[in-house]
Amino acid sequence: MQYIDNIIFFIALVVGFGLFFKSLKEIYRNIQLGKESNRSDQKSKRWETMAKVALGQSKMGKRPIAGFFHVIVYVGFVIINIELLEIIVDGIFGTHRFLAIIFGDSLYGAFTATLEILAFLVIIAVVVFFIRRNFYGVKRLTMKELFGWPKHDANWILIIEFALMVAFLTMNSSDWVLQQRQVLAANGSFPVSSTLLGPIFQNFGDGALIFTERGAWWFHFIGILFFMNYLYYSKHLHIILAFPNTWYANLEPKGKFNNLDSVTAEIKLMMDPNADPYAATPDADPNAVPEKFGASDIFDLKQVQLLNAYSCTECGRCTAVCPANITGKKLSPRKIMMDTRDRIEEVGRNINKNGKFVDDGKKLLDDHIQREEVWACTTCNACVEACPILIDPLSIIIEMRRFLVMEQSAAPQELNQMMSNIENNAAPWQYNQADRLKWASE
Amino acid sequence: MDFTIKTMADYAAEGKMPEVLFFVGCMGSFDDRAKKVTKSLCKILHKVGVEFAVLGQEESCNGDPAKRAGNEFIFQMMAHTNIEIMNGYGVKKIVTACPHCFNIIKNEYPGLGGNYEVLHHTQFLRKLMEEGRLKIEGGIFKGKKIIFHDPCYLGRGNGEYEAPRQLLQKLDAELVEMKRCKSNGLCCGAGGAQMFKEPEKGNKDINVERTEEALGESPNIIATGCPFCNTMMTDGVKHFNNTEVSVKDIAELLAEADDL
Ligand code: SF4
Ligand code: SF4
Repeated sequence: MQYIDNIIFFIALVVGFGLFFKSLKEIYRNIQLGKESNRSDQKSKRWETMAKVALGQSKMGKRPIAGFFHVIVYVGFVIINIELLEIIVDGIFGTHRFLAIIFGDSLYGAFTATLEILAFLVIIAVVVFFIRRNFYGVKRLTMKELFGWPKHDANWILIIEFALMVAFLTMNSSDWVLQQRQVLAANGSFPVSSTLLGPIFQNFGDGALIFTERGAWWFHFIGILFFMNYLYYSKHLHIILAFPNTWYANLEPKGKFNNLDSVTAEIKLMMDPNADPYAATPDADPNAVPEKFGASDIFDLKQVQLLNAYSCTECGRCTAVCPANITGKKLSPRKIMMDTRDRIEEVGRNINKNGKFVDDGKKLLDDHIQREEVWACTTCNACVEACPILIDPLSIIIEMRRFLVMEQSAAPQELNQMMSNIENNAAPWQYNQADRLKWASE
Repeated sequence: MDFTIKTMADYAAEGKMPEVLFFVGCMGSFDDRAKKVTKSLCKILHKVGVEFAVLGQEESCNGDPAKRAGNEFIFQMMAHTNIEIMNGYGVKKIVTACPHCFNIIKNEYPGLGGNYEVLHHTQFLRKLMEEGRLKIEGGIFKGKKIIFHDPCYLGRGNGEYEAPRQLLQKLDAELVEMKRCKSNGLCCGAGGAQMFKEPEKGNKDINVERTEEALGESPNIIATGCPFCNTMMTDGVKHFNNTEVSVKDIAELLAEADDL
């Protein structure tokens, strides 16, 4: 029975990672529900953008305090993942601090010391974040769209991270005392544990210490597995998806909107004096479904827009700079992203249940995003500029306008007037095109 | 105007090609306030000796308000009409006094067969200044405080924050910045076809919010580089019953500096 620990460990590991990959697969499947996105050009520029924005956190500096603490949590997270490697090897083979052998004394000392300090800083950071989010009244963190799950989610993450770090330091502290007593081999250096928690554990007996050390080790390990699987339900998915999301970011000038090819073809035909408008195009497929203009549901959006929705951290930097939102309109670019993700997940559950998507009578537009929101946007790109991971809420808003205008003719009355003026007079007002040069003689 | 504005057709009749086509745009052609900007720019170009033409009656709306409102059909109809005419004349270089014309011709026309070098008037004027063709003396602005409001489609849309500022710096005035400026600039509220409709319900109009911020720095002049911003900021200043502060396009300020 001496291998029971290792076996339990192994099973937990396989189940934890198995569920995690199942979630990832589901997310991948859901993103595939969108239209293809043609975003694989300029590869070197894309790698560079990803390295700068996701890895290098280049956009976090805009808000220096939040940015600083975020970097701590982020670096802590990255380094602590190396520690996961040690946990896994130790867990499977029943070794203890296996990296010590590989790294050698001084390197392992530096490694453990770094982890300790980072864990300590992470604890400070999450406490600061918790206070700021819950008691400090930062407007973008206390808005209506965050009520309910999004708010709990944000707090849960902080609590889990706090617990994981405390478990980590508890494990080290008891380990350190055991090392002092030469129960365990002396490996690593523990600047935080030896000064903070260590002294408390001095009074424990060896048995209690071993129990504490093992308990904290298991807690830490199971906690990481839990956290990994929690991601699927959380805005914290960004710790993974920020990478592909920035890689697939829009590299064009922000002012540039795409031209719809299907429209181009039709306009060309319309404007060509030699074209016979009644002749069918030779290669036309009689069964082809006419292309839908714009988007009313997630299936009409591009895959990259769905990826955007999954990546959103709900930080609200977009909404905080949105002129419409600032002046009290219903539009919030963050809510556009959250709604889109909610709808994708709704569709995903539908597929899980039915094997394929069965019409549920719902749509992203109207059931989640209101028309009033869509029409309030000034297309100013402030939200796009503000997003720390290069999400483009504006592109979704524009696709919905296209749907409303070209599929439903449901633009606000004044805009219809403007558009028919352009059509008839080549200007948004009722002026005569023949008068376009009048100013020169005034 | 005390000189004739020539059209592309005029130049073509002479068998000549102007240095640049000035795409005037709908605001610049029809809006009384924006017409002044149009004329100022023409005066500067004329003074400097830049041979320029307009399309005149052959010009159509660039299609921006239709496109931002979601009507790709009307946008592309306008775009094709303009492209056909401009390509017919063999246009190479275009200057606009409107960031919306600038953005759409620069970024969205190429995909439809319209490839030109497109410059916003502040970029073109800066170039003329750098080449020594345009001399700016700002004597009359000495002691004045000027604040610049970044147009979204010039700034965030196309990354141009410096050209307008470099021109304004030559005016000997004190150039001040709002807290929200450059890439953090706040929209005037007119973009995305908002100009043509009532705003959605809220607790404030966007132009009021923006003008309030500008007035907070107590400038003498709010400088703009977009006819839409110009209208919105002018309305904003009126909203506060402020008669001290004027809203002027950079082209107007340069023309004034030169007593044109
Ligand atoms: S582009 Fe639209 S949604 Fe984004 S900040 Fe501007 S007004 Fe708000
Ligand atoms: S879209 Fe970007 S800025 Fe807006 S909430 Fe999501 S992550 Fe934050």
